[in-house]
Amino acid sequence: MTTTDTNTSTNSSPRDRVTGTPFTRGLGVVILAGMTLLIILGIFVSPADVNQGESVRIMYAHVPGAWLAYLAFVVTGISSAAYLWKRTRSLTWDRIAGASAEVGVLFMGISLVTGSLWGRITWGTYWTWDARLTTTAFLFVTYIGYLAVRGLGGTHQQRARRSAVLALLAVLEIPLVHFSVQLWNTLHQEASVAGRGTDVEMDGLMLFTLFLGVAVFTLMYVWLLLHRQRSLALDDMLDDSGLDNALTARRAEAQGVAR
Amino acid sequence: MDDAGFIFASYIITFGAVGAYALGIIRRARKSSREVPRDERPWL
Repeated sequence: MTTTDTNTSTNSSPRDRVTGTPFTRGLGVVILAGMTLLIILGIFVSPADVNQGESVRIMYAHVPGAWLAYLAFVVTGISSAAYLWKRTRSLTWDRIAGASAEVGVLFMGISLVTGSLWGRITWGTYWTWDARLTTTAFLFVTYIGYLAVRGLGGTHQQRARRSAVLALLAVLEIPLVHFSVQLWNTLHQEASVAGRGTDVEMDGLMLFTLFLGVAVFTLMYVWLLLHRQRSLALDDMLDDSGLDNALTARRAEAQGVAR
Repeated sequence: MDDAGFIFASYIITFGAVGAYALGIIRRARKSSREVPRDERPWL
């Protein structure tokens, strides 16, 4: 690692763990192994579906992406509530909320794109203004807005308070998205595995691949959340030290004028 | 395999996006960490 800052370069070494720990490194290895297995099973080994044909292979990335986006946004909501509650108020909750929303937007984007590719094969179109697709796109845009609000100026506390309020409103959209397939007539199918009164007759390997996808995506979420939350903590520390330096310089300047 | 292009594209986009995001986080964190003392990082 090369740095021009001689005062601080002693704090980091080339082998320094920046946001990683032995736990996240071990987790990374497990994720890589799981991803490899998911790709092999999802693309090459699991059978084609009776109705969907080969396009069912896209489901092993699309469905976990959507589930994990929901989970990420719920975690953002819970962390935001924890920040707003005086007894548990801590900027760590705010950073977890922000990191989780960012990862959720990533997974939701993946889900939208893979769903679009699946729709091109199955429906003959990349996009249609169907209730599920439209509400999902609305949720996606809402959380992009949430991230934009986090980027507005102000103190860390101001950022945390306004984004926490927005997160508590945004999380209310999730039930609307999830139940949109039951509330309106849509092209999008209802939940196949955990749906209301579903009698699933799914090939064992297909079900295993789907659950493997959910497990791998969950581990990826945990890894990304830990690293991003720590990266946000570093940014906040940097902001604080920058502010401290500016205040010290201003005080010194004021003392110089007084003399 | 029918529609192989769409299927491969969906996996490439999925894992490519996650990989690119993960690298982005690490790069940003490395940049910030140069000016934050090691003993101020509670996870270490």
